[in-house]
Amino acid sequence: MSSNQNILVKLKQAGLRINNKWLVKDVSLQIEKGKIVTLIGPNGSGKSTTAKIALGIYKKINGEAKKYTNKVGYVPQKISIDWTLPLRVSDFMVLTENLIEEAINDALSLTGVLHLKDKNLGDLSGGEFQRVLLARAISKKPELLVLDEPVQGVDFTGEIALYELIKKISDELNCGILLISHDLHTVMSATDHVVCLNGHVCCSGSPIEVAKNNEYKALFGEQASQILSRYEHRHDHIHTNEGKIKKN
Amino acid sequence: MLDDFFIRALIAGLGIAIVTGPLGCFVIWRRLSYFGDTLAHSALLGVTLAYTLEFNIAISVFIISSLIALILIDLQKRTNLPGDALLGLLAHSSLAVGLVVIGFLTFIRFDIMGLLFGDILAVTTDDIFIIWIGGPLILIILKLIWKPLFASTVNYELAEAEGLNPDRAKAIFTILMAGIIAISIKMVGLLLITGMLIIPAAMARNISSSPQMMVIYSVIGGLLSVILGLLTSLEFNTASGPSIIAAALFLFILSLLKIKQSIKLKN
Repeated sequence: MSSNQNILVKLKQAGLRINNKWLVKDVSLQIEKGKIVTLIGPNGSGKSTTAKIALGIYKKINGEAKKYTNKVGYVPQKISIDWTLPLRVSDFMVLTENLIEEAINDALSLTGVLHLKDKNLGDLSGGEFQRVLLARAISKKPELLVLDEPVQGVDFTGEIALYELIKKISDELNCGILLISHDLHTVMSATDHVVCLNGHVCCSGSPIEVAKNNEYKALFGEQASQILSRYEHRHDHIHTNEGKIKKN
Repeated sequence: MLDDFFIRALIAGLGIAIVTGPLGCFVIWRRLSYFGDTLAHSALLGVTLAYTLEFNIAISVFIISSLIALILIDLQKRTNLPGDALLGLLAHSSLAVGLVVIGFLTFIRFDIMGLLFGDILAVTTDDIFIIWIGGPLILIILKLIWKPLFASTVNYELAEAEGLNPDRAKAIFTILMAGIIAISIKMVGLLLITGMLIIPAAMARNISSSPQMMVIYSVIGGLLSVILGLLTSLEFNTASGPSIIAAALFLFILSLLKIKQSIKLKN
């Protein structure tokens, strides 16, 4: 791992217990500048909880969680906005930070929703809203981006474009990204570090290491491992492992 | 000029409306109508305390209302009762205790109606001072906490995750609520203060498309309600609080016509 200055978030055996039930337990991970860390795991495995622990939303946690930056962009998995608020997209964009007009426009164009700028937030479709959420998170040029299923409800072509955008942002802004995704294709192709959760950390490492792990196979099935093999084969990134993966 | 009771009431009322406008928007957005009611009801205790100790009413109401707010926050943490039950408990018990204490204070003549519904004749030059010093102070503080308060109103977790400290903003806002109740109790009366907070803001909601716009319309609505209400009160010798609130209701009904129009336009 690289030097300490690059670390944005560090979890050390962090966990959360509510009403005597562990939502997630013993998670250790760190997010560094310019790196994408992905959380995968079945429903209820504690992915969103882990993200919230990393963000410092929960106050009473077990273990240790340290956040070394306050320039954070967050796309939550669920967001319920109260429609008693008259809120346009342009108002929502400056919710947590004042931005100049240009920054707002740039971010909205990047996610393809500039035309919705003056619309009421309540009138957007699910996919449109998701794009606005992502635009808001990147518009403030954060050091840390936490994206909890950022492309849910977005159409297929849009999904690919948005994941490419996320990758691009990570390179351009040199920000650290914590990504939660169900799309194993993306996870395995665009990620630096994968953490596989199921109430605790099942396994973690580079995508290739995780794909070979038996616990990962048990959780996601043999087919999931083959996703990676197909991907690796197509792009020919790592030759030494290719043979082994093919056997799957 | 300040000798005239009507001019005094007008200056006081306008000072109150400027503050209830923006605060009222947050009361609606954060669904705090009953919270406002609870603080207002507890104000009666503050008034009796002021009379007993010969103390300034606004200051003692502010102290008691803040105290009730703190007790509420504590009870929320300690019991499993739902929020509305706790609010009802505190609102009615503090109102009851206040009325019981008044019963004991036989040596002071109380104008109960004035306390409950506001009294235009009761506004003194001191009250105007308190309103025009306290009011702008409340507005300045609200402006300072606007960002975290508004962001956490939209979504608490976003505000917390992006480092805005919404809990502190919420606590300060609670104090501001106690403050507005303290300075407006004489004028509007403790049963109707929440109306002054929410009716102009509700009117504004009907005709605005952005938060800033809603705040501005809410202030304008409040100012108009005070002017209309006080003129009515003077003309027909009605209590000032109900007259102002009735005027606000009138404006609200007008704003419904605007909604009807825009729905027609959409179709």
